Amino acid sequence: MRRLLFLAQAEVLHILRDRVLLAQVLIVPIIQLLILSNAATFEIRNTPIWIVDFDRTSVSRGLVNHLAASGHFQIVDTTPSLDRANEALLAGTVTMVVVIPHDFEVSLTKTRAAPVELSVNAEKGSAAGIVQSYASRVLSEYASELALARRSSKSEGGRIDVRVRGRYNPTLNYKHYMVPGILVALVTMIGTLLSAQNIAREKELGTLEQLNVTPITRGQFIAAKLLPFWVLGLLELSLGLIVGKLVFGIPMRGSVPLLFGVASVYLAVALGIGLWISALVETQQQAMFVTFFIVNIYLLMSGLFTPIDSMAPWVRVASQINPVRHFVTISRAILVKGAGPAEIARPFSVLAVSAVVVLTIAVRQYRKRAV
Amino acid sequence: MIESAIDVKDLTRTFGSFTAVDHISFEVHSGEVFGFLGANGAGKTTAMRMLIGLLTPSGGTARVAGHDVYTESEAVKRSIGYMSQRFSLYEDLTPRENIRLYGGIYGLTMPQIRERTGRMLTRLGLARVADEQVRSLPLGWRQKLAFSVALVHEPRIVFLDEPTSGVDPITRRQFWELIYEAASGGTTVLVTTHYMDEAEYCDRICIMVAGRIGAIGAPADLKKQFGVDSIDELFVRLARPETAVPESALPERLS
Repeated sequence: MRRLLFLAQAEVLHILRDRVLLAQVLIVPIIQLLILSNAATFEIRNTPIWIVDFDRTSVSRGLVNHLAASGHFQIVDTTPSLDRANEALLAGTVTMVVVIPHDFEVSLTKTRAAPVELSVNAEKGSAAGIVQSYASRVLSEYASELALARRSSKSEGGRIDVRVRGRYNPTLNYKHYMVPGILVALVTMIGTLLSAQNIAREKELGTLEQLNVTPITRGQFIAAKLLPFWVLGLLELSLGLIVGKLVFGIPMRGSVPLLFGVASVYLAVALGIGLWISALVETQQQAMFVTFFIVNIYLLMSGLFTPIDSMAPWVRVASQINPVRHFVTISRAILVKGAGPAEIARPFSVLAVSAVVVLTIAVRQYRKRAV
Repeated sequence: MIESAIDVKDLTRTFGSFTAVDHISFEVHSGEVFGFLGANGAGKTTAMRMLIGLLTPSGGTARVAGHDVYTESEAVKRSIGYMSQRFSLYEDLTPRENIRLYGGIYGLTMPQIRERTGRMLTRLGLARVADEQVRSLPLGWRQKLAFSVALVHEPRIVFLDEPTSGVDPITRRQFWELIYEAASGGTTVLVTTHYMDEAEYCDRICIMVAGRIGAIGAPADLKKQFGVDSIDELFVRLARPETAVPESALPERLS
């Protein structure tokens, strides 16, 4: 135990004397948080569209007004030229072309139905889907308004009024959803990368060999390496939470100590993976490479940027062993939904098991004597 | 009779089809300064790495400080100190911090660490730079510090792998004074070197040639036995038997 403290003390001194590392830990993640939180959003606002209105009646103008008032679209042109609209779509200056046919009003009054064509730039599939769904919503709202107006004139009753209430995130603020997840990503990147570089660096410097001829045990060695980075990881999370609260006003509905409790276990996993990589490779460069590879897969499969429900079935199964996924889930549940220990028990148990497995492997992987 | 500090029989290490150390046997007595000589690639460092528990032997037996290197490598590590070819203390720590770290790892108490730090820094003339980061110190000073750190826990045996390579002649002399000091205190010293004059400072030497022991004994005895004037001459004769080839033939062979 004393040995461990001496080594951990030296480790703290290494960290404190490495300015680049300190900047990497304290400044870079905050900048990333500020940028990513604004960049990683599914929300679409003011996307440029072109409305080709061949009808030019009060009904068709009503439709244009509804699209404009929704806030999602910015109508850049209403020139009734299909060719020019299509050119704009191809050039990428508009994301959608809305075509209102010339018999729009007539057909609506006669047959109670009228076609509207939505041409969406589907290059970016998910964005196209969102644009389309926003447009459809505006169109159907307008349609029901028109219907209502007609019905009331004919004194018709019985109408279903659907009212949607967004629970936990009533204003549907994407940042409240993204920031708790991005925090997890940052803690993971920094924790895994720093610990992965650590032993590799000592291999390069030759200082590891000097430690290997001492009677220090593998467990003591790994623990001494882990401890300072573990504290650093928790510090990182605190910093991120403060910025999240002050800058983005993220909710903290659940218990913050509970989040830190989970983070403590999660960091053991993230750092353990780093140390494991570190023991496998020979140079820092290799360590970085392997880390980026693994962390990227982890982040993409974590449900941070894309919902897990929409992933292929085998990916969904595979993501069960992804610690990032579970901590993202827990972080969002605690902060946004106010979940307590009972609600996070299942993902937490996966993290706890992972911590034990990963640390055991990291300790066993590290060899003092070459075979 | 005290048991020998190091006892090696048929120690072998292969890397694939290459045999780096080929059935070497020797004994190092307690309190002796034992020199390990050999050309680059002769197997000195490989042999040493097996003895200090950094490399698993492929065959043979070896006992260091009475402990088996296969089964008791941790006990071996408690009884030895090691200074590697490459400077391997932390450059971002100060001499004082490096001594404290290794003192702590070897289980010394804080008062012991404080006392030894003071004594070592004064002896090495490093008291003035005790709180400067090691990276700012010249190579010779670092090497002396590394040597002292290898001895911080007062081990029975200390292994020095080319400790004086790259340092100036004055520092080399000082270094050997430190080695003699340690030996007179009862520490067994096993040292590898490229410098043949240093071989003369050893009680006994062992010259390795292509993984085997070419000659072993006290420098004076070896010179008599092989009928040579210096260890340098002996070394060249053992290490390069082909020097019998006429000098005129050399340029051709090189081209």
